[in-house]
Amino acid sequence: MNQSDSKLILKAEDLKQHYHVKQGLFKPDAVVKAVDGISFNLEKGKTLAVVGESGCGKSTLGRMLTMIETPTSGKLAHLGEDLLTLSADAQAKLRQKIQIIFQNPYGSLNPRKKIGAILEEPLVINTKLSKTERKEKALAIMAKVGLKAEHYDRYPHMFSGGQRQRIAIARGLMLDPNVIVADEPVSALDVSVQAQVLNLMMDLQEEFGLSYVFISHDLSVVEHIADDVMVMYLGKVVEQGTREQLFENPKHPYTLALLSSTPQLSPDKRRVRIKLQGELPSPLNPPSGCAFHGRCSYANDRCKTETPLLRLDDQAEQEQGHMIACHAVEENRIEAIEVGAA
Amino acid sequence: MSLLQLENLSVTFGNFRAVDNISYKVEEGEVLGIVGESGSGKSVSSLSIMGLIDFPGKVSADQLTFDGQDLQAMPEKQRRKLTGSDIAMIFQDPMTSLNPCFTVGYQIIEALKTHQGGSKKELRTRAIELLTQVGIPAPESRLDNYPHQLSGGMSQRVMIAMSIACDPRLLIADEPTTALDVTIQAQIIDLLIELQRKKQMGLVLITHDLALVAEVAHRVIVMYAGQIVESGPASEVFSTPRHPYTQALLASLPESASGKARLEALPGVVPGQYDRPLGCLLSPRCPYATDHCRKVEPANQGDLDRQVKCHTPLDREGRPTA
Repeated sequence: MNQSDSKLILKAEDLKQHYHVKQGLFKPDAVVKAVDGISFNLEKGKTLAVVGESGCGKSTLGRMLTMIETPTSGKLAHLGEDLLTLSADAQAKLRQKIQIIFQNPYGSLNPRKKIGAILEEPLVINTKLSKTERKEKALAIMAKVGLKAEHYDRYPHMFSGGQRQRIAIARGLMLDPNVIVADEPVSALDVSVQAQVLNLMMDLQEEFGLSYVFISHDLSVVEHIADDVMVMYLGKVVEQGTREQLFENPKHPYTLALLSSTPQLSPDKRRVRIKLQGELPSPLNPPSGCAFHGRCSYANDRCKTETPLLRLDDQAEQEQGHMIACHAVEENRIEAIEVGAA
Repeated sequence: MSLLQLENLSVTFGNFRAVDNISYKVEEGEVLGIVGESGSGKSVSSLSIMGLIDFPGKVSADQLTFDGQDLQAMPEKQRRKLTGSDIAMIFQDPMTSLNPCFTVGYQIIEALKTHQGGSKKELRTRAIELLTQVGIPAPESRLDNYPHQLSGGMSQRVMIAMSIACDPRLLIADEPTTALDVTIQAQIIDLLIELQRKKQMGLVLITHDLALVAEVAHRVIVMYAGQIVESGPASEVFSTPRHPYTQALLASLPESASGKARLEALPGVVPGQYDRPLGCLLSPRCPYATDHCRKVEPANQGDLDRQVKCHTPLDREGRPTA
């Protein structure tokens, strides 16, 4: 195993999740390709952000990574061990190492359980710790996420949204995971509380060397926290690269449109608004060729028939690892768009 | 004369003051942004303008006038005629604010019928015209759709069509894009601003998205725990905030931090019903608070065009004046 492999925590290869949807008694089932062929590498202590509009498959991806759902096909390896071919026992062990934080802290905590019970439940199920050891551990983690010891005996309704999200994060940390999948962890929170939770997540990452898969639709949050970014559209990755590549040199028309639609505080960071016509097409009946062609201003006949593959940007070496799925980029049909010309 | 003028408007629920003595005005053709965190009273204050606060909520104000007419003094019937036609509102969640039992066409025509009347045919043509205005493709067929057949962006367009049905002079949009994706949000905001310019409406845009307000609003009001802490022209408020809360809000946005630095988060949360502090409401969270701040509530300084509610407003460098 060489140097780069040892740092690799999670490796996904061509992950797919297809759902069968009944159309009626005599019609054949339709197939929804919720996630269609996604590959990435996640290194220790890094954050991979997954961005896209609702319905693009980012939450499904999160559920596959935590093995809440089994992928239809593809490979998923945690520290070199294939997660999908293992026995149920071994899977349960590994599952402890990948935890998830959900979007809505009002829905993800059981209102009938005290915080202590919520936090200790993973330990009861997965470990043989005694009652006192469990409580010790719960209190230690609570201190880490900024909760007080007296919160141990309280119920979720006694907490504000930000505190609840801290509880959810604490629960994710109980089994000493390597990877945390955070599914829109701050989108239900106010700005000032959002900043507190983001700070906490970054502190914990530093302290425990956690890797995050950060699912979000908010590009300004992603720009702040991510190391690598993956932009998804209708189950497929359209652009993938480091944060610098994506935010300073975005290439795919969809990424450009997303960036230009995000409101900016300072006038000199504003981009020319690219108006996207229409909405995300139905995944039941995706467009032929490039899924984005109906809303793309650069689309030509080739885009309508031929599905673009995710390939490396063939510019200079500094663009290493920047992957784009677009015919227009390949053929150099997109003229550069200046920032701040709005 | 201003289109809408409020002076010392308060909304109380029992002992709890959800909105605490706020004053502002909206001019014709102006976009006013109201920002604040949840629980700061932004929605309640606008509901009170519409007359939608139910018992046990109580609205009191020294002045609440629309185009010179006193909204508090006028009979209920007359007020109801005014709201919905001259003052209209768009609500936050388009999925739940449309009635699922009736078609979209029925709901738009209902508003038209109440306020303007006309034959069935005329109303239908007008409804189609409205849907075209808000950019819904194939409006004739959409009229007979039920809300569940529409996407979030479409439903919000229908809501906008309903609210501009009677050519309002003041439109209150309460978080019109919070439930929507960014690309759809951009579409809806562009549509609202375009309509506002074309009809020279006054637009009150309530949101928690500071960047959105910075992009479209002429003037902005920052609310905290039911009070207006700062108001002024949008460019000024965002470039040189005078209230510590505005400064902290701006600093806590991810885009103000460079690279992977920690965000400057304001500690604590907005005070609720039972933990309202004495003196300045921000004092437990404010980095500049003095003993004076903790005891005495500051008064609003400056005129209505540039207000700040602080004992020691910040100067141009962002430091408190002694």
